[in-house]
Formats: sequence, C-alpha cells, structure tokens
Amino acid sequence: MKVTVPHMGNLYIAIEALIYEMGHDPIIPPPCSKKTLDLGTKYSPESVCLPMKLNIGNFLEAVELGAEVIIMAGGNGPCRLGYYAPVQMAILEELGQSVEMIVLEPPKGNLRHLISQLSRLFAKKGFRSFIKGCQIAWEKLKAVEELERAAFWVRPREKRKGEVGRQLHLALNNLRTAALLKDIKRVKNEQIAEILSLAELNIEPLKIGIVGEIYTVLEPFVNLKLEERLGNLGVEVERTIWLEDWVKKHLFLASLNLYNGSDLVKKTEGYLRGFVGGHGLESVAVTIMFAEKNIDGVIHILPFTCMPEIVAQSVLPNVSRDYDLPVMSLVVDEHTGEAGFQTRLEAFVDLLERKQREKTNEKKSVSWC
Amino acid sequence: MKRKVYLGVDVGSVSTNFVLMNEADEIVEKLYLRTLGQPIKVIQEGLKLLTNLGEWEVLGVGVTGSGRQLAGSLLRADVIKNEITAHSVAACHEVPDVQTVLEIGGQDSKIIILRNQVVADFAMNTVCAAGTGSFLDQQAARLNINIEDFGKIALTSTNPVRIAGRCTVFAESDMIHKQQLGVSLPDILAGLCEAMVRNYLNNVAKGKEILPPVVFQGGVAANKAMKVAFEQALGLETSVPRHFDVMGALGVSILAREQVTKKGKTTFSGFEIIDNKITTQTFECHDCPNHCEIVRISDQESLIACWGSRCGKFEKVANIAI
Repeated sequence: MKVTVPHMGNLYIAIEALIYEMGHDPIIPPPCSKKTLDLGTKYSPESVCLPMKLNIGNFLEAVELGAEVIIMAGGNGPCRLGYYAPVQMAILEELGQSVEMIVLEPPKGNLRHLISQLSRLFAKKGFRSFIKGCQIAWEKLKAVEELERAAFWVRPREKRKGEVGRQLHLALNNLRTAALLKDIKRVKNEQIAEILSLAELNIEPLKIGIVGEIYTVLEPFVNLKLEERLGNLGVEVERTIWLEDWVKKHLFLASLNLYNGSDLVKKTEGYLRGFVGGHGLESVAVTIMFAEKNIDGVIHILPFTCMPEIVAQSVLPNVSRDYDLPVMSLVVDEHTGEAGFQTRLEAFVDLLERKQREKTNEKKSVSWC
Repeated sequence: MKRKVYLGVDVGSVSTNFVLMNEADEIVEKLYLRTLGQPIKVIQEGLKLLTNLGEWEVLGVGVTGSGRQLAGSLLRADVIKNEITAHSVAACHEVPDVQTVLEIGGQDSKIIILRNQVVADFAMNTVCAAGTGSFLDQQAARLNINIEDFGKIALTSTNPVRIAGRCTVFAESDMIHKQQLGVSLPDILAGLCEAMVRNYLNNVAKGKEILPPVVFQGGVAANKAMKVAFEQALGLETSVPRHFDVMGALGVSILAREQVTKKGKTTFSGFEIIDNKITTQTFECHDCPNHCEIVRISDQESLIACWGSRCGKFEKVANIAI
C-alpha cells in the first residue's frame, strides 16, 4: 500500500519510518507551501480552522504522488479536530479521489479501537513489524526533537547568522535516511555536537516560551517560522509542546489510566475549571509554570477561530497580570501578513529587553537600542 | 554652515514622514508626505525637500514603519525599529509620564501601555483594518469633503447618529442608510468617529488598563472629533502632542542618536541617493511550490537589498544594525 500522512512540523520523519517498517510505501507530501494552502482553501469550508485546510492540501498533493491510504489523527472533546477526518473524507470523495483513511484517535483508556484501526496496517508484515517500526519511529521522533531543542538553544547564540538553520536541515535529512537504531543514535549524537559547536557560549539571551494550539506551534509554515524568527531576534525559545512528551502522556500513560491531566487542572485553579478542548488548558497551565520559572515572556499562538485557544486567550491576560509576565497572543490564518507578524515579534522582544534591563537596575541610563 | 541633525524616517502605508532633530532632541524640520504606493520615490523626494530647506550634516539615521526594511537598506540606516517601539519612545519624549498611547495610522491602529517609561503591553488591530485612517480617507472622498475638514465639520454636530462600526463595509452601508434618511452630514461624521472609537476600544484596546495621561497620536489624531470621541468614551482627558503626525519618525531619530552615540559613527548613505537611479525588480522563484515573490533593489546597478523568499536563499539586507 502507498500510505501517506498530513504534515505537522517534522513528525513525518518518524511516521515515514513506521510506514516503511510495516512493509508499505510511505508517500510524504511535499512540505506545506503556498500551493498546499491554495489547494486546501479552495476545497475546504471557508470558516474551518487552518490546520484542516492544510491537511486537505497535503492529501491532494500526496494523492497526486500515488497515495492510496491516508493515516489521519482523530480527536475527542470540544475541538473541531474530531470532525476533521469524516469531513475530509467527504471532500475527497466529492473530488472523486479514491483513497482510504485510517483514523487514529486517542485511546482514552481503551486501546482496542486504536489497535483495530492499526491492524489494517500490520496486515502485511504482522504485529512484530509494527513493534519494530514503533521502536524506530520513537527513536527518530526523540532524535528530531532533541535536534530541534539544540537548535533553539544555539540560534540566539550562533556565531554566524543562519548557520543553525542550515545545519538542522542537514541533520534532519541525515536522520531521515538512517535506517537502523544504531544509525539513528549516531546521526543524532554527531549532529547535536555539530549544532552545539555553532554557539557562542558567553551570551545570555532572553527566553520566550511558546504555548498554543499544537499544529500551529509545530508547523513552521503556519506559524511563519516563529521559532526561527525569534531565534534570529536573539531569543532562546522554549517550546512546550513536544510530541515525545505527548505520546508518553496521552498514548501510554493515559491508556493505562496513569495520566489524566489533573496536574494541569490544578495549576489553572482560579482561571479555568477543567478541560476546554485541544490544548487550551495546557496553554494556561504552562504559562503559569513559565511564570514560576526563569522565562521572560510567553507567546501564545493559535489559528483563527480555534475554540479551545480562544478560551485560553481570554484567560491569559489575567495570568499575565497576576504573575507580571508579558504574554502576547498571535492569531494566524491564510490571511496573516508577514510584516505585521514580524512587527509584533520585534516589539514584544523590545518590551522584554527593556523590562529585563529595568530589573537589572539600569533605570537611570534608559536606552532603547 | 551645515547644521548637525539626526534623521528619522517613518515609511507607512499612507504617509511617509521625515524628521530632522537637533542634538538637543528638538525637531528642526518635519515633513508629512503621502506614500502613494511608491516608497522609494517618496524617500528620494523627501530627502530632496529637506536639502531645499537647509544644509545638514546627518549624524545618524533611523527608520521605522512598514517600509522600514526598504528605507533602511536605501539610507543605510543606523537603526531599523518597529513602529511600536518608535512610537513609545516619541510619546515618552513628548509626555514623559505617559501611561497610555492611542495610535491610529493609515492601515493599522495600536494601543501601547507604558508604566515608568517602559512598554508594559501593546496590541495592534488584528484581522480587520476597520477604524483606521484609510477608511476615514475613503469616506471623506465619498462625501466629497477634505479629510482635513472632517473633524471640524463633525464637531458642529449636535446629535451624533449611531453607526455600526464593527466592519467598514457595514459601517459604510449604515452611513449611506442614515444619509438617505436625511441625517445631516455633521451628525453622520460625528457618529462615524464615535463608531470608530467604539470599535477601537472593543477590539484593539480590549482588556487593557487605560490610565492617564493618555496620548493620542498618528495621522488620525489630526481629526479633532476623534479626540473628543475618545475623551467621551474614556472619560479621561486625552492629549494630542505637537508632532502627533510624525511621532514614529521622531521616536526613531531619538533611537538613531542613542545608537550612534554608542557605536560612534553613522552609516548614512548620504543625500546623493536623491538623484541615483534606484530600481526594483520582482520575479517569482520557481524552485519550490511556494513561488515566493523576490524583490531586488539596486542603487545605480549595484544590488543593495533582496528579500521575499521564505527559505532565505535570496535574502540580502544591506549591512546595518537592526
């Protein structure tokens, strides 16, 4: 079978390996581009949130490359992601595309449904190949995120502008071709060392935490390379959504009833009364955690009309005030202009710099540059 | 004798403003020009007008506004700053204890909250340009009045009519509806000002703590009726600084002075560029499906800047401090 998945940041590297190990042909759509978005907006309902539009674009581009089966994530709860798969199937059908869709939903304490969906994938090489595939995919996922983490740390400290970006790109390509577990580890270690070697060590940059809707946080095409932009403005980025972490908590621990997010609910006491869908609760909880840590500011990013994050957005100003932590919400969709986005980031970084300098008692010689 | 000045340039969507500031941070000359979609031309024209006004030794250059990258490359500016920071600096300069800045420009509007001369929070209009200068411009043109007279006429209103201000399209149809009912022009204009203020406070200033002193600046602050509408809605006195229309340029010239004091010498390209042939070339890159539009800017055949690519492979921005 020729199997494809929609893009979400660098997740495709892990999924590609999994599909391959299970004896199928992975068809990875071209990276999200203007063409993807154009296709997606053309065939999606106008008012749906941005991720779905890009998914549709990815699917159509993958089908063009010969994909027969789509693996799609599902969801439950008040976020529209739960409706994505059926609506997307209807759209593809209407367009006369004969593709199948395998929908993977968070198990919510019951693994049976998930396994029955997956069984269509391991029909070919058996359950063993699935276990092995998962192992490789898991290692690749961890490696990707460790590389990204290193890049976040080095970017504001890089000796020559742009080097980290190039090295990361190269590292991810190498990782993509690494087939065995030991290759993955080797590539990871080598490349992390390469990236770290690009850093100037005696710089103490500002730190900005990023919270928000998972797809927007992870997909650089949607967030206009937010992490890279901040890095280039001399800011160390602390991302809070890591897939490694997500998979651990929501797939493993949750299915064993060991994780239910109660720690987050507790954290947001006084602001929210529980789960609001998507990552809304996380956004608020993590912002509070940032306030207790050594973080200078928080950027909250969400797609236009994202319901869970709108709830978070309306609560965050209170968190910001109570903890004296600057928080800026950025809303993105297909109409987002790059200039305005950059202006907001620059102004926010200026604000944080001034605030930090004020803290370190330079109040007398006020300088803005 | 040449007078020593710092040059601040704010290249906005609607207007391009120039400020020459002396070493005591006082404005010597200012220009408010219409950008008319041709930022390069207007920058050259502005410089030319400035040279007609006197002889200057430029000690430093700062640029801001949505065209700041372009202006920065062209002038080889010492500082390229975003509008928020530039406007805050200028507001602090004019009203040192300012706590709230309301700024309405051509295409965007912002609110800046300052505490102890430090920006504590800010917001810009997000998805909609309703309630910005361009809309007032359009409506003035439609009603065949000079934009300069807008405020004056609106202030003669005795009973401002209520206009739906959520969206410019609806605002316009509502205005036409009121006009066809026979409502007088001043009442419609005053109503429009109130609607814009309402829209601004609900969208841009939503949830912000507006404390006095409040400074109202940007091109729209020329409209006296807007100031009155703000004061009524906020219940606070609002001041419009002397140089309300060139605050961005003023702010960035102050920043240029600070920057040059720190680094010693300006990188300003000089007034010669007035007569240089600045050319821009645009092409669509077909190396990937993004089809980015790449802009190349040359000054007398030599490439001074290039941008527009998502991947960054064409990016060349003149060597300047940002």
